[in-house]
Amino acid sequence: MTVHDRIATLVNSNDIVLFMKGTPFFPQCGFSSTAIAILERLNVPFEAVDVLADGEIRQGIKEYSDWPTIPQLYVKGEFVGGSDIMMEMFQAGELEQMIAEAGIARSEA
Amino acid sequence: MPMAAADIETAILAALPGARVEITDLAGDGDHYAAVVTAAQFAGLPRVKQHQLVYNALGGRMGGALHALKLTTKVA
Repeated sequence: MTVHDRIATLVNSNDIVLFMKGTPFFPQCGFSSTAIAILERLNVPFEAVDVLADGEIRQGIKEYSDWPTIPQLYVKGEFVGGSDIMMEMFQAGELEQMIAEAGIARSEA
Repeated sequence: MPMAAADIETAILAALPGARVEITDLAGDGDHYAAVVTAAQFAGLPRVKQHQLVYNALGGRMGGALHALKLTTKVA
């Protein structure tokens, strides 16, 4: 399977995918940490992919999304943006709206 | 390898003529910047596309020579 196919499978088989540095418990970069904080505030289930643990995906995701940095958020297979866009959309209520419109249920409390 | 604020501004202006670019060196280390880019070229584009225009202006340096650029885009 090519890296392109691996990424396509990841983003199409999970409603929300965050490509990040480190793990949700131990983000290895401030931008990834911001992205995790936003997703936790939204209280939605998501799949986190640690690009530091997978060099092929770390490089491949930049080409797949035409986006040079990590983190990267995907919702329903569509690239949403990095942490700056996530923060802008979160503050404007747009991220919550996008997730609701995509029909993604919140996590159990 | 840090990148000077003036070089960032020059690269963005070359790709987006007439844009207004405000750059702040967040950590004083020449490696962590915030940029606010206001450009007429952003009109009608979703945020992702606006940011991609700026990243493309920086060539391959974003994520390489330039580690951190907190980017805000606005339509002029």
